[in-house]
Order: sequence, then C-alpha cells, then structure tokens
Amino acid sequence: MCLPAIVFFCIFAYLPMPGLYLAFVKYNYTDGIFSSPFVGWDNFKFLIITGDLWRLTFNTVAYNIAFIVLGNIAQITVAILLNEIRKKWFKKISQTLMFLPYFISAVLIGLLAYNILSYDYGLLNGILRSLHLDPVKAYSEPHLWPFIIVITYLWQTTGYGSIVYFAAIMGLDSEIVEASEIDGANAFQRIIYIVLPWLKPTFIILLLFSLGGILKGNFGLFFNLVGANNTALYASTDIIETYVFRSLMTNFNFSMGSAVSLYQSVFGFVVVITANWIVKKVSPENSLF
Amino acid sequence: MDIRNERDLIGGNTPRPARIRTDYTEIIMSWFGYIFIGLFAISCLLPFLLILGTSFTSEEAVKKFGFNIWPHEFSTFAYQIVFENPKLIIGSYLVTMGITIVGTVVGLFIVAMTGYALQRPDFTYRNKISFFIYFTTLFSGGLVPFYLLITQYLDLKDSYLAVLLPGLLTPFLIIMMKSFVRSIPHAITESAKIDGAGDFTIFLRLILPMTTPALATIGLFIALGYWNEWYNAMLFLSPDMDYRPLQLFLYNVVTSADFIRNSAASSNVAMSDVPLETMKMATAVVATGPVILFYPFVQRYFIKGITVGAVKG
Repeated sequence: MCLPAIVFFCIFAYLPMPGLYLAFVKYNYTDGIFSSPFVGWDNFKFLIITGDLWRLTFNTVAYNIAFIVLGNIAQITVAILLNEIRKKWFKKISQTLMFLPYFISAVLIGLLAYNILSYDYGLLNGILRSLHLDPVKAYSEPHLWPFIIVITYLWQTTGYGSIVYFAAIMGLDSEIVEASEIDGANAFQRIIYIVLPWLKPTFIILLLFSLGGILKGNFGLFFNLVGANNTALYASTDIIETYVFRSLMTNFNFSMGSAVSLYQSVFGFVVVITANWIVKKVSPENSLF
Repeated sequence: MDIRNERDLIGGNTPRPARIRTDYTEIIMSWFGYIFIGLFAISCLLPFLLILGTSFTSEEAVKKFGFNIWPHEFSTFAYQIVFENPKLIIGSYLVTMGITIVGTVVGLFIVAMTGYALQRPDFTYRNKISFFIYFTTLFSGGLVPFYLLITQYLDLKDSYLAVLLPGLLTPFLIIMMKSFVRSIPHAITESAKIDGAGDFTIFLRLILPMTTPALATIGLFIALGYWNEWYNAMLFLSPDMDYRPLQLFLYNVVTSADFIRNSAASSNVAMSDVPLETMKMATAVVATGPVILFYPFVQRYFIKGITVGAVKG
C-alpha cells in the first residue's frame, strides 16, 4: 500500500538528486547535464569570490532567526493573552480573524503589501501625506525591507502558530493554578511562574524543529513582496531560494543555481542532524529519527 | 499533551474554574488581552477591507486619494471589465477547481494508504520506508534539477499535470496521517484478517470510515495547498496559456500592466481608460472571496491538524 508513495518520492524527490552534479559542470543545453564540461569546484569558488554565497547565507539565516525568535515570542504572547480573555464570543471572533491571513495565497500577500506600501497610492503614504509628512519610497529603500518582511511574516503566521501554545496552555492542570492563587499569586506571577515554565518544553521542541529549516527560505513571501526583478532591494532581500530561482528563470545559469542548492542541502542537512542530536539529549521521545 | 476536546481551542472554555478572588492584576491582564488581541485581530482584517474598498472605487478617485477602505467614489467599473470577458475568469476557476478536486481526492487516498500502512506493527519495512519518505525533507536536488526533470524528462511543460502531480503528497501530511491512525487499535485489523479480509478490504471498509475526521483535516490541507498554488504554475505554465490556475491568473494581473490592458482590450475599452489599479483589486476579490467565506467553517479542522502535526511530530 506504500507503493504509490514510494514511486512518487522516487520520481519527484530522489530522481532530481543526481542532477546536483550540475553544480560541478559548466552546463549548456546541447550537451545536457552529464556531458557538459566538468569544472570541479569552480562554480563554488566563483560564488565565494563574488561574495554571493556569504550574502545569501547571511540573509537566509538572519531572516529565519528573526522569524523563529520573534515568531515564537508573538505566538506565546497571543496564546497567553487569549487565555486571559473571558468573553467567549470575543475569543471566537478574534481567533477567526487572526487565522485569516494564513489561508490566502502568497500572491495575495504581495498585493496586500503593495496596497499599503505603494508610493503613489499606498495607504501608508496616504496617511503620511495627510499629516504633511514626506511619503516613503518603500520599493527602492533596501534598509526598510527587513522590517517589512518580518512584520508581514508575523502578521501572516502568528494567529495560526499560536494555536500550538494555546493548546499547551489548555492542557495546564487547573489545580496548580488554583493552588497558586490560594498562595496569593497575582496574574503576573501566575503567568511568569506557572504558564511560561509550562510552555518551555513546547517552545524548545518547536525551536529545535525550526532550526532544521534555517537554510530554507520562504520563497513565496519574499518573491511576492519584493517582486521578480527589483534589483534595488537585493542587498537586503535576496535569499537562497530567490537566487536559485533567478539563476534558473532569468539568468539561465543552471550550474550556479545548482551549486547554491547543493550548498543549501548539505549545510541544511548538517544543521538538522545537529538539531536532532540535541533533541535526543533534551527529550528523547521527541527526536525526529 | 492532553487536549480534552479540540473544539475548546476555538473560543475555548478555559479549564480554570471561577476565580477565587479578583485582584487588580487580573483586571489589568484581561484588559490588556482585550486590547492587544482586539487590535491584532483588526489589523488582520484591515488589508482585506482595503482591497475590497479599492476594488469598488473609481480609478480617478484612486489616483487622487490613493487606496482606501471606504470608496471616495463608488464604482463597479473594475468588476464590469473583469466580468466583461467572463471566459477568462471562469476558465481559471474551473482549472483551479479541477486541479484541487482531483489532487485532493487522489492525494488524500494515497496519503491515507501510506499513513495506515506505515503504522501497522506487522509491516516489517515501516521504519525504513518512513525514513525514505522523511529523508526527502532533509536533502533535495533543488530547483534546477526538479525543473529539468519536469520540463525535459517528463515533458510536462504547459500541462496541468505539472501543477497537479508535485503537490499530491508531502512527508508532513503522511506523518500527520500516521499519528491520527495510531489511535485505531491494531486488534481491529487483526480480527478482520482472521475473518478473511484482505489488506486492501480492511483499509477501504474498516480503516477509512473510522478516520473520517483525519481525512477531513488532511484533505483540507491538501485542498488549501492546491487552491493557493501558484509556484509550480508559474514555473511550468506559460503566461499565454488560455486558462491559468486562479492564483497564476492573479499573479499575472498584479505584476503585468500589459496583461490587464490585453484582457481589457478584448472588452472594447480604450487603453487609456483601463482601470489598472482597481482591476488588480477586483481580480483579487474574485479570486480570493470564496476561500475567505468558506474558511470559518473549516477552521477547526486546520486547528486539529496543526495540534496533531506540531505536538506529536
């Protein structure tokens, strides 16, 4: 009964793997993957000399760290505050609204951002103009983009991600909370000394899991927010996935794209193995393999 | 983790009983909760209202006042043009619906089969196959070989199959199915076997009906993935195809002014009168509306999925 799945993964996941050989050749269409001239590590040398590899790694890792750290903080905050809300209808409506951004496509996310940031018609500049302030040219200011991308990411995922923490809080034994109240703990003390420590294992597991993907970028988010050819923003918005995509669709430099992919896969693999090794130490029953 | 009832997670009953005493910190926290959660919830809704409002505004008002939630000058012109040539948008809907339905049914069936087989204790190779599937999330050939595989070796360029096939299975959903099916005692499979049922009959007649909630949950994940799919469509379907999946159609409208002018030209609107900005918004509303109207009803299944998937791994 596993056969269809095995065939599927053979074709769509394992069959492309030998194609990573592309990273070691100078690809041309006429010769194909395995007959193009072999150049050894030259593609990697080029990536290091031009500084591309460093920039891509830095951007990808830095964004992911921001996503992981700020994402978890936001999710925990939302989960704890949801738990403080007593009115059921309020909880229900606000949760439904907070999940909304998760259900839409990356293309629409890009359009929503454009609605707010567009220089000529955007809501942000509309507000700035009505306050007689200078409008912002967001799409040509690279230093703004780390904020824009991280905020958009938080906006999209916090409501949905908070569910795991909220579920964890729901599993908290009410007797412990009652006992603390009898001992005179106030709301802040209850959160700091009971709820947060209770959420710590969940946090650690989620953190370790997400570490495994630290070299994987969120292509849809970056591509749709920044646009396909906005070179002005590359310094602060180019991640591994967007670079590989460009090398394939715009520059037709297949070998360079594959070299970056191979680097990403190998480096990412090492990170996952390390993360899993740590999970095994911390809580063996949660390790991946 | 023990979740008594996943329904609790939406607008949940807090497991705590009535407060023993209410001091000022409780009041501060609950007010803080209402304000913070309320503001965040509104901020999640506002950008959608901005699109909706702008789509009903006249292009002149947009040029003068910018995008607005409340239309300065109400107009349905953008929608008229989007629907002037309904073939395009209806075609896109049909393509997306077709891909979503076929992909969800086929994908769900394979995911369920695999998930069931992989957790059966009497299946010798279950760990090896699980790792074979899981390994694909650790290491991959990357985009370029994948692209060459689809376009040159499988020859699927400009075929809807290039969108349908790669989205059928993900290791995550198979692992999720495994966790769901684990709650069904193996004794059921064994007793059916003694009664003479074959593996496939057991799966179809006994296991599938018992996993309906899991199927609904995972099916919705697959369906949402297909409905929002644009990446494979953009890679493998050329923009001059007659009918593109909805999100690719939207992508073309959003990114290319020429594309809007071309579709407007077929409805006899002068090039200078084409409402570039409002048409983007109208197309977005048409392409997204149904999902948004639908999702409050299916939300709890997604919640179920994420708690199973995230907690049990």
